[in-house]
Amino acid sequence: MNHHSTRTSISFKLNGKAIKVNINPFESLASLLRKDLGLTGTKIGCDAGDCGACTVLLDGEQVCACLVSSAQADGTNIETVESQSNPTLDRLRDAFLEYGAAQCGICTPGMLMAATDLLTRNKAPDRAQIADALGGVLCRCTGYEPIIDAIAAAASGAGPLSSENPDAGHAVGARVQRTDGSAKVYGTEKFADDDAPDNCLWLRAIRSPHPRATFEIIDPDGFVNSNPGIEAVLTAADIQGANGYGIFSHLRHQPVFAETRVRHRGEPVCALVGDRNAVEHADISTLIRWNEDPPALGIDGGLDSTKSPLHEDWPDNVLIRGYVEKGHINGAAVAATSEGHFETAFVEHAYIEPEAGFAAPDGTGRVAVTASTQAPYMDRDEVAHVLGIDADQVRIIPSACGGGFGGKLDVLVQPMLAVAAMKMNRPVRTLLNRIESMASSTKRHPSKIWARASADKSGRLLSYESDATFDTGAYASWGPTVAGRVPVHATGPYVVPNVCNKSAAIFTNANPSGAFRGFGVPQAAIANETLMDDLAEQLGIDRLEIRHLNAIRAGQETATGQVLEHSAGLDQCLDALRDDWQAMLADADAFNKPAGRIRRGAGIGCMWYGCGNTSLSNPSTMRITINTDGIVTVYNGAVDIGQGSYTVMRQICADAVSIPVEQIEQVTGDTDLTADAGKTSASRQTFVSGKAAQLAGEDLRRNILVLANAGENAEIVIEAGVIRVIEDNVRRVIELESLAADSDGVVLEGTGTYDPPTTPLDDKGQGTPYATYGFAAQICLADVHLDFGTVMLRRFVAAHDLGRAINPTLVEGQIKGGIAQGIGMALMEEFIPGRTENLHDYLIPTCGDIPPIEIKIIEDPEHHGPYGAKGIGEPALVPTPPAIFGAIRHATGIVVRQAPALPHRVWKLLQEGNSP
Amino acid sequence: MANYFQPDTIEEALALKAASPLTVLAGGTDIYPAKVTREAWGPRMEQDILDISRIASLRGIERSGGTWRIGALATWTEIAKASLPGLFDALKLAAIEIGGRQIQNRGTIAGNICNASPAADGVPCLAVMDASVELHGSHGTRTVPVFEFIDGYRSTILAGDELVTAILIPEKPDATRAHFLKLGARRYLVISITMAACVIVPDRDGNIASAAISVGACSEKAVRLDALEAVLLGAPLDSDLSGHVAPSQFNGLSPIDDVRASGEYRRASAIQAVNELLRQVSNGDVKRIAS
Repeated sequence: MNHHSTRTSISFKLNGKAIKVNINPFESLASLLRKDLGLTGTKIGCDAGDCGACTVLLDGEQVCACLVSSAQADGTNIETVESQSNPTLDRLRDAFLEYGAAQCGICTPGMLMAATDLLTRNKAPDRAQIADALGGVLCRCTGYEPIIDAIAAAASGAGPLSSENPDAGHAVGARVQRTDGSAKVYGTEKFADDDAPDNCLWLRAIRSPHPRATFEIIDPDGFVNSNPGIEAVLTAADIQGANGYGIFSHLRHQPVFAETRVRHRGEPVCALVGDRNAVEHADISTLIRWNEDPPALGIDGGLDSTKSPLHEDWPDNVLIRGYVEKGHINGAAVAATSEGHFETAFVEHAYIEPEAGFAAPDGTGRVAVTASTQAPYMDRDEVAHVLGIDADQVRIIPSACGGGFGGKLDVLVQPMLAVAAMKMNRPVRTLLNRIESMASSTKRHPSKIWARASADKSGRLLSYESDATFDTGAYASWGPTVAGRVPVHATGPYVVPNVCNKSAAIFTNANPSGAFRGFGVPQAAIANETLMDDLAEQLGIDRLEIRHLNAIRAGQETATGQVLEHSAGLDQCLDALRDDWQAMLADADAFNKPAGRIRRGAGIGCMWYGCGNTSLSNPSTMRITINTDGIVTVYNGAVDIGQGSYTVMRQICADAVSIPVEQIEQVTGDTDLTADAGKTSASRQTFVSGKAAQLAGEDLRRNILVLANAGENAEIVIEAGVIRVIEDNVRRVIELESLAADSDGVVLEGTGTYDPPTTPLDDKGQGTPYATYGFAAQICLADVHLDFGTVMLRRFVAAHDLGRAINPTLVEGQIKGGIAQGIGMALMEEFIPGRTENLHDYLIPTCGDIPPIEIKIIEDPEHHGPYGAKGIGEPALVPTPPAIFGAIRHATGIVVRQAPALPHRVWKLLQEGNSP
Repeated sequence: MANYFQPDTIEEALALKAASPLTVLAGGTDIYPAKVTREAWGPRMEQDILDISRIASLRGIERSGGTWRIGALATWTEIAKASLPGLFDALKLAAIEIGGRQIQNRGTIAGNICNASPAADGVPCLAVMDASVELHGSHGTRTVPVFEFIDGYRSTILAGDELVTAILIPEKPDATRAHFLKLGARRYLVISITMAACVIVPDRDGNIASAAISVGACSEKAVRLDALEAVLLGAPLDSDLSGHVAPSQFNGLSPIDDVRASGEYRRASAIQAVNELLRQVSNGDVKRIAS
């Protein structure tokens, strides 16, 4: 028998090598691999067997390393993503790169190991067997299909090659492999918890278990004295600058540490700093005395005037209102009117990488913060504000980002890490576990929406009115953005002459609602598209055709009075879908002929989405250099959170200079090294930063041509130490050593800055809020089980006008991933504070929940954008829930007005509706 | 400081368990998640662990003298892959729908019943197999029906000095049919909203000689539907058995509202799941999931 107290020696085989370690026997294998052996390729997403990110092979079988004790690993054979000796794994790695199966890459190690297990047992699995093998690994980015495609290709040997190596000048539009893909499939990518200095102190935030309470921290000095290894209890009193952060500079009211009262469960009140073991084991049960107050929960709770307000500055709990008005609502020519009330839930981003990072002072008064982020320059300003120092005293170094989707635009860890690092004058590190992450991070705004639409007898929209109220949670975060975006977008992508759209964001005692793929537009689209279906039904018009009739086109005016100049391709999207739509309708008709307990239906959703900030300047700057050795480097601050901006910017720069894409090196997202390329949100990086990259590349090309005294069509060839410029068989050679170099060895550079042209909205919401809009239509076919209320999706077809697909593989990845998140929002995702704070009670789609997705890329060029491109990140998700709800309605006759349509809700509607 | 014991024999394990309170660890699929939830709001807890995974005699699936014995450490994957008669078809279906492959590769059958979750996928299956739990304690061995072993919401009669050593299942005729259906809000890795399981034994003429039907996740523990079982006796197995299902047979359920579903829905879906279960078991066209 083995009896271990605290530590024991175990031996096992790890990736083919014998290993012997002295270890706490109860420590999980995942922790052993990462912490003790430094093999950080194995990721910890939930530490509870719910996400599969830590999947490794134990004696050849896939297991969650977070559920295996180190003692149980003794004598076994463990294989991880770092394995260099497994030909099956190698084949899978290549296929993952070929098919774009790794986006952010945080699930990739788990997926690869699960697939290795499968292919070792089954050389020729079918897609259902692949899905069975991957069912325990969650991916939030890809929609799974690219992963299944990759595994199928790896199994069959030489699958059809998907990626391309384009010649100079042909990178845009090519399926170039991800720049950062290799690190993701070998497990060498450094995410936020994968790398930190050895001498870090550990920080553990202590959070409120109550949604609303006042509190007192009892004798923190005494606590430090009685807990060896703990060096400080940091509280609001330790904050060097302002104890508040927030997206908008006039709304920086979210405290780093609450001062006397907490406004949501999960809000930090203090932090223990010290030795990791000590801060993790410290008994905090007597550190804080809580006095609970009745919380204001839900929109109705926030608007309940009998409760005291959350913030003195907002006595009615209304953070902000939004408004767009155009024309006059009157009854003239109205042939059909529809209205309804709609409701949506909190939605969790469920990035598989929890928040983590470290801050390190440099001894000169500067601090560097390394964390997973979507917005390094905003983080820099937030940290500087909290520290009370100038922004240039702060450096933000983004780690690889294991998924964001809007949730890593807010700074859950950066300010407190910086405060602690400066206070302790030591590097300080933290990691949130899954429960803490879900309990404390932002969510998608829950909504209650009323809307009414009218149309004439031909189906042309006459009016649209809506009033959308959002639960913005305890602090402002991105509430103003949602309240501003929704009235602009609420009419949907249609021409509506008379509009009155209102919105409001209400404070409640819940997680701050923040940014999540679509900023309120997905919620509004459910209302909008349902009313479109109503009008079609009343007027006897096909649902696709009524949308085609009303689709806004170039030359027509939006609800804000903006005339779209070009690139408004919704009608083209619908044209591209018409045959599939007719086929789906026919399929449903035929299926439903014999009366069964399963009914089939087809649904359609359309969307538009303004790329970039709403009526605000949001410039990006890019720089591209050549050094004396002839190395071309792009300084790219557009953080890649999995969507592919590190690949897209290289492709754009390559074509702008007209050199091969593989010749372009890259320095990414470090505020000391790269210029501000804004935040990775609002579907702006390809459009805004991409344009800046194009301008930078063109600037560099121009500078080279001037130096060579060559015309604009000359060919540029960059080699070691020289640039050859070839024009009409005349060859000129620029010896780079002969040029003056700066301290970095840079001899030539190009820069580009782009800020999309917008105007402020007036008091009726009139103006030009965005320079361009993405458009899309999606259709789906679904089966609804009448007895269980379950919805089984059969097929999606998505047509997206994105101006120009810089990289079709990345575009398809965005669309498939967006549809997967839309499926989750429509059918299963509902965050309830205190109840669904883990990944087994909060459900996101697994690989078995995503039907086949066909994609039709429509390229109606946007003249403002780089090579005609505009954004795709958010447009991918917006039409999905209404398309699903339309299919449920077509199948059964019930109208879903509440998301998510959990089985019991669909069933209830079926009961009430006396439907088939 | 916490202790971690890894005995090789049942005797050693029982001696340890009798000496002090220990948390039993096998597949880890419940212990580690509970730990992470606790640690989000409080300190890391040091628990004394009794790791039983090295006790070889707790492994294996075998038949002797009319009884199948499933070792406490049998994993779901081992059960799914074992060559077993039709009686086990329900349990085998549950085995491939519990969690994902990683959970199936580690989670054990004894852990499933000891955790005693109302939504434990294995329990309704064991209930219809008339399974018993073999317990070894410092004062001897006892065998209790699985339904008595689980005595309430996440509660068992396991004494402090006892260990579950095996699940015992009486053999049934070769013609026995068994089936399991699980209803959840997503395809994989999902906690059941409702489950239904059955074991039906036909007589020589193809009429039902005995029927056992249970529903999970609709009460504190899985419930056998005695009234339905009684009315099925004598019915031809290949007839549409769902015609015998009546709502009153489900009065013993006490489903609750939770984040996964309403109680009202659970009751209705349990009835439909049993309908579907019987329809499929009678026509032989069995499916893996309820939806």
